[in-house]
Amino acid sequence: MANLQSTFLGIKSPNPFWLASAPPTDKKINVLRAFEAGWGGVVWKTLGSQVKNVSSRYSTLDYNGQKVMGFNNIELISDRPLEVNLKEIREVVREFPDRAMIVSLMADNDRKSWHEMVKKTEDTGAHGIELNFGCPHGMVERGMGASVGQDPEIAKMVVEWVMEVAKIPVITKLTPNVHSVVPAAQAVIAGGTNGLSLINTIQSVTGIDLDTLVPNPNVGGKSVFGGYCGPAVKPIALKFLTTLSQDKIAQKVPISGIGGISTWRDAVEFMLLGASNVQVCTAAMHYGFRIVRDMCDGMSNWMDEKGYKSIDEFVGLSVPNVTRWEELDINFHITAKIDQDKCIHCGLCYIACEDTSHQSIDIERGNPYNKYTIKEEECVGCNLCKIVCPVNDCITMEEHRKGPEYLNWIEFQKRGLPLNDH
Amino acid sequence: MGIKNNRLSTEELVANFSDIHPPFEHAEGAILEANRCINCYDAPCTKSCPTSIDVPLFIKQISSGNIKGSARTIFTSNIMGGGCSKVCPVEKLCEGACVYNLREEEPISIAKLQRYSTGIAIHEKWKLFERKPSNGKKVAVVGAGPAGLACAHALSLQGIDVTVFEKEEKGGGLMTYGVAAYKVTPESCKEEVDYITSIGGIDIQYKKELGKDISLAELQKKYDAVFLGIGVGIARELSIPGEELEGVEDAISFIYNLRTNDYAKISVGDKVAVIGMGMTAIDAATQSKRLGAKEVTMIYRRTENEKPCTDVELDLAKLDGCSFIWLAAPKEIIGENGKAKKLVCTKMKLGEPDASGRRAPVDTGETFTIEVDMVIKAAGQIPFEELVAKADIKNNSGKISINNKAETNLKGVFAGGDAVNGGKEVVDAVQAGKDAAKGILEFLKAH
Repeated sequence: MANLQSTFLGIKSPNPFWLASAPPTDKKINVLRAFEAGWGGVVWKTLGSQVKNVSSRYSTLDYNGQKVMGFNNIELISDRPLEVNLKEIREVVREFPDRAMIVSLMADNDRKSWHEMVKKTEDTGAHGIELNFGCPHGMVERGMGASVGQDPEIAKMVVEWVMEVAKIPVITKLTPNVHSVVPAAQAVIAGGTNGLSLINTIQSVTGIDLDTLVPNPNVGGKSVFGGYCGPAVKPIALKFLTTLSQDKIAQKVPISGIGGISTWRDAVEFMLLGASNVQVCTAAMHYGFRIVRDMCDGMSNWMDEKGYKSIDEFVGLSVPNVTRWEELDINFHITAKIDQDKCIHCGLCYIACEDTSHQSIDIERGNPYNKYTIKEEECVGCNLCKIVCPVNDCITMEEHRKGPEYLNWIEFQKRGLPLNDH
Repeated sequence: MGIKNNRLSTEELVANFSDIHPPFEHAEGAILEANRCINCYDAPCTKSCPTSIDVPLFIKQISSGNIKGSARTIFTSNIMGGGCSKVCPVEKLCEGACVYNLREEEPISIAKLQRYSTGIAIHEKWKLFERKPSNGKKVAVVGAGPAGLACAHALSLQGIDVTVFEKEEKGGGLMTYGVAAYKVTPESCKEEVDYITSIGGIDIQYKKELGKDISLAELQKKYDAVFLGIGVGIARELSIPGEELEGVEDAISFIYNLRTNDYAKISVGDKVAVIGMGMTAIDAATQSKRLGAKEVTMIYRRTENEKPCTDVELDLAKLDGCSFIWLAAPKEIIGENGKAKKLVCTKMKLGEPDASGRRAPVDTGETFTIEVDMVIKAAGQIPFEELVAKADIKNNSGKISINNKAETNLKGVFAGGDAVNGGKEVVDAVQAGKDAAKGILEFLKAH
């Protein structure tokens, strides 16, 4: 059995799965349940000046009967009294000393408030602090959350305030509501943050009720932009994560990966792109804390299969495999092949290619089953047919190099090689 | 005990004859199943439907919450899409062709999804089609069965005023009179006929029988065109001794009686033998059992491999507790005091393939005898040969001959459905009605 033990900025947890700062980590009762279920750690829902939340708060993007492809919330930071939160944090730390307890903070925008908040948090015995510079709704209008994270200068300043008093590790959580997360990451590192986490939620409108014409979630006939997360945001999170992992400055600090992680596979992907551990929220909100069982089990089995003894052995391994477009090998060429024995004649490959791609599939009409074959000379190797095919390994992409040597676009242009003629 | 009625309590009868096709109880169920459909291109299910319903489209419409559109998609191709979703042998049509079968997975429940959309449309009386203003042309349709109704609807849609002449008291043809009641309940048949005719321009005159109350010549004179959707008639005789004995009945009239009376009034025997293994034979056997017959034995000349009914139908009979004797043909019914008592059968074996492509049963000369008090003959129906011949309509042993425009040898007289094909599925009759309507519209345009 592989060892899932995780150490993030010296904070130990039995596995790399933390619950992200969100409703599931709002109260002692939730967090105890999470630890009983096996979660490695939690980031306690953001503390700050007490706020008031509205009803309703969540809405989702559902797709073809699959619920919660994406999840949206307009909930603010914790609306419970600060003292109650601090007391409960202290109790949980005592009850589960082997689990990571990180506390998310979003103080008012002045040095004194941040200092007080950091000190109070440290008094609980918590192991680390996460700075919420990412919340895209509600707090932004008050000059907090994403409005801090979106301005590298302000972000740096706040981190500096925090670091003046912090005795435990500080993680800065970044907002994805920017063109690039790198400037903010570099700034908060300059300000002294010990680690990074990303992504926070993405501003969104998930949909509109076609009877009332009010977008979701509906709060007494009105809605606001919310923060989007869940499986749909995973690709965006992975991209932002990669830009940090590839940045000379940002890569100096550990990163906690967040964004649509629902399974051990997602978690492994985040870690392969440089996250030292991961944080989960939406999947737990959909199915409850029990999902961590398969997360641990699946990751462990995968590690055994691949021969990894500890999680650090595979963190970042895929980072070098993301390159710049100009460096891709133009001589690499693949074409699709349909395994006629596996084909179920659904025609999805054909119509996708014929209507929207390169007309590279031949059809031989039959009753009731048509026969589909690839026109190899027309196939550009785009993967579309393979993607839409409902049968595993029915369509495979076979390599047929255009030339033996590596040839990138820059070299291609330099040599004045011919472009497509149709 | 012999042949008697009132074998079961009212509650038992209600339970035994309730619809065996429960609908999706909730939209979620339908949507879940709809989302299982992978939306094939040039879909095998559509190609395997005699009326070419765009199955992937109507299923997609269920999943997108466009139930109205889904119902319209179905009814555009098959105006009896409601009834067909209950009586079609889908395992050899759309569902049989579903690509999931090729992965050894359960096919999409196309029929159940079709019942979902059409059921709501019929129940809510959605007006999905707008009839063109009347253009003054008049067409007579003989027979308010699936072929006649499909033809009438398609014609009325184009502004033709249609008069339908039906010999029975109700429309729907074999749907109403010839199919097991647990497949299509009498109420659903009536609802469906009402729904089809709600488009307007269709006047059904009941209790008007061709050759009796009306004549073809008269119709030809009064109308611009005539469509004959008269179906098939009399049950095929077994032509064996004892067929006249009390207790020997044909399946068509047995089911007809059952569909037109209280179930409690229908008599069945203790020991019923059903001759044949087609859909009607199954309907007769299962319903005998459901009326309270103690033993029902189905007798068929060939083996299970050659049976004309589907596996699903056979399973229905098995689940109802019927037993089966394969490779046996009735030879003689022996009576006592004029009542059927014993059925003598010949053992058969399979020989060379016959015209149908199936291996033909060959008499072995060996016989066996079973105790019976009722024999139901379900060896097929024969067309209205005399009626057709009398009207000088070209035919093949009573099956009306038509050209590729569905027109008979008589100008302006069209035909379709069982009357032409000798007896196929409801869905085939619907398509025949549509085809004839197309032929009639072309004919009316040219004349």
